[in-house]
Amino acid sequence: MSEHESEHLTGDPRPEENKLQSEARPVSNSKNDPKDHSRRVFLFKVSLLINGAVGVVLAVPVLGYLLGPVIQKKNGYHSWITLGNVNDFPEGETRLANYRNPSTTQWDGQTGDIPCWVRRVSGNQFQVFAINCAHLGCPVRWFSESKLFLCPCHGGAYYEDGERAAGPPERGLFEYKYRVAGAKLMINAGEMPTLSTPASSPSANFVPLEKIGCGSCKS
Amino acid sequence: MQELKKSGLRKLGMGVYDWFEYRLGLGKPAMDAAAHPVPASSASWWYVFGSAATVLFALQIMTGVLLALVYTPSASEAWNSLQFLNDKVALGWFLRALHGWGSDFMVAIVLIHMMQVFMFGAYKFPRELTWIIGVFLLLLTLGMAFTGQVLRFDQDAYWGLGIGASIASRVPLIGAPLVHLMLGAPIIGSATLSRFFTLHVFVIPGILLAGIALHLLMVLRLGINEWPMPGRVVRKSTYEAEYHKLTEKEGIAFVPDGAWKDAIFAAAIVLAVMACAFFFGPFGPTGQPDPTIIQTAPKPDPAFLWIFAVLSLLPASLETPIILIAPVIIIGAMLLLPLVAGEGEKHWARRPLAVLMVTVIAVSLGIFTRLGITTPWSPVMNAWSSDIIPPKLLHEATPLERQGALVFQNKQCRNCHEVAGQGGQRGPDLDSVATRLTEDQMVRQVLQGGGNMPAYGNALSPSQTTALVAFLKTLRGNDLRPAQDASRALGNINPPESTRPGEQIPSGQSHLSKESPASGKP
Repeated sequence: MSEHESEHLTGDPRPEENKLQSEARPVSNSKNDPKDHSRRVFLFKVSLLINGAVGVVLAVPVLGYLLGPVIQKKNGYHSWITLGNVNDFPEGETRLANYRNPSTTQWDGQTGDIPCWVRRVSGNQFQVFAINCAHLGCPVRWFSESKLFLCPCHGGAYYEDGERAAGPPERGLFEYKYRVAGAKLMINAGEMPTLSTPASSPSANFVPLEKIGCGSCKS
Repeated sequence: MQELKKSGLRKLGMGVYDWFEYRLGLGKPAMDAAAHPVPASSASWWYVFGSAATVLFALQIMTGVLLALVYTPSASEAWNSLQFLNDKVALGWFLRALHGWGSDFMVAIVLIHMMQVFMFGAYKFPRELTWIIGVFLLLLTLGMAFTGQVLRFDQDAYWGLGIGASIASRVPLIGAPLVHLMLGAPIIGSATLSRFFTLHVFVIPGILLAGIALHLLMVLRLGINEWPMPGRVVRKSTYEAEYHKLTEKEGIAFVPDGAWKDAIFAAAIVLAVMACAFFFGPFGPTGQPDPTIIQTAPKPDPAFLWIFAVLSLLPASLETPIILIAPVIIIGAMLLLPLVAGEGEKHWARRPLAVLMVTVIAVSLGIFTRLGITTPWSPVMNAWSSDIIPPKLLHEATPLERQGALVFQNKQCRNCHEVAGQGGQRGPDLDSVATRLTEDQMVRQVLQGGGNMPAYGNALSPSQTTALVAFLKTLRGNDLRPAQDASRALGNINPPESTRPGEQIPSGQSHLSKESPASGKP
């Protein structure tokens, strides 16, 4: 007991524990025999197992929530968007156009407005290029005089038809699939194009709408 | 009487302390840890960087919490809330500046700390794990720097995310899921910003705090590295006894004998951050995060400029493998270093390879960072319309040559090619192009491109090409001799023009030799 008191004075942080242990010892025989111990060890292992199981069950919704953007069903992001009137784009020229991304939230603000380059080759023949350089996604700029797209980040250059001209890109510009519906130019878009994410849905129909739409009127 | 009062107060104070200490029990171990003996040699100005990094981290937490009082992590409002902080909130600009400069200082100090630890061999036995945790702390610090740049949600942040997503997309097989996981949505937007906010404010700081605590505990447990001496070799069997003897023989208490240098350096660093913040102000935000504003030249923060430079200099065919494999090798090498070289000499004089490595790495990082600032590979987008045509180039020029100078300007050749020190540096400067290329070679180069130059065949009419090449032919540097077509010279067809009237017509392959190889010596 005197030992405990001296510990009190030196400020032993766990006097209560010590007291409990020393007091418990003489009467503990009935509660501390090996049988009880092995039962408690077993129960402890069971408790670990239960917690593991609860953890796994909990992990399902947690991972499902976290990986939500990854396991979204395929082609869920893309849809057909009207880019503007066909006549807004003069033949033989390349113009900047903007569209609102099909899947946005209110708080996306300006980031939901996506630009793209529209080249009207002739008549209803278009090429719609993503703004993102095929190298690392920076915004390419069109220079009509030299007929080149130039990237400000690492100096990638593309010809007017989107082919790679020079610099670090390993391919040409990303291209959207388009349709001409009456007087409207539509593109299939909804995702930032990268080397592994497509500008347009791979299953989007590439046939110009005039042909689909007029299938009935022709006959 | 006063003595009595004083001792009474002291008694009261001690009583309060004891009340807490009895329940907490932290005081004694903390004091023991503070006063633990360290080798006198390690109480050096070289040993202050670790504590300075910790102090900077504390500063970052404090300023970060204060900024979070106002900052709005929403794609539509983040930029506005930063402007609001800069202009409307009292001292908001200063807090932003402190946090921004604190971040740059922290990255720099962590790197210096790492370099010092490497040069002093402090990663060797028994401190291998301390180094390995330190490597993760460096990566987490860089993670904080990148996510922090994203939270400054401006044009650079927006396109920086585009670069990040494009890099992620290069991972084989799981590229697309990685991009979606990173962006949280199909495009860069609010989901992306919220993700990076969570990383920057909750996830990474939490891991950093735990990591720093562990790192510090290990320094206390294993003792600070002694000042290395040539010939004092680390052996696992003997090191700990030697270190123990050293601290016993010439050990001093860390607090106060050793710690005053740390404290003074920490104060100086915080003062330096404050001075930079006060005099240079906060970083940005630059333009609004509106992707439809494409008149922008995105650039990363200083810590990543070297990566920016490397990415633009890699050949296209090697880019993906290098982007994916190099980080694994670099980080792997840093992690394995103490396990491979856990014993042996600590002193730099006996480790020439280590000195060479640090020198090469430091110089390379410096060069690439410098290139990242000047971006010579980027076309100067407005050079064609804003750079003047040097008058001396138009002096005594024929109308055709003047027309060519206009073509040169209008077709944006200037964006990539310097003339008289103005213009882009993407391609070679053209001050003396006519001494390197013959007329035919110039026509071919312009029309077909090659050597990283696009072909201009579609963008130039024949008359424009003729005029352009006529102008280029006048660019002969300091009135040097023009390039000649050797095969034509040999056959005496279309003999090259001389630069000065009355000069002997050179006929050889080289303009250095006056004699034609055909008519020359046997």
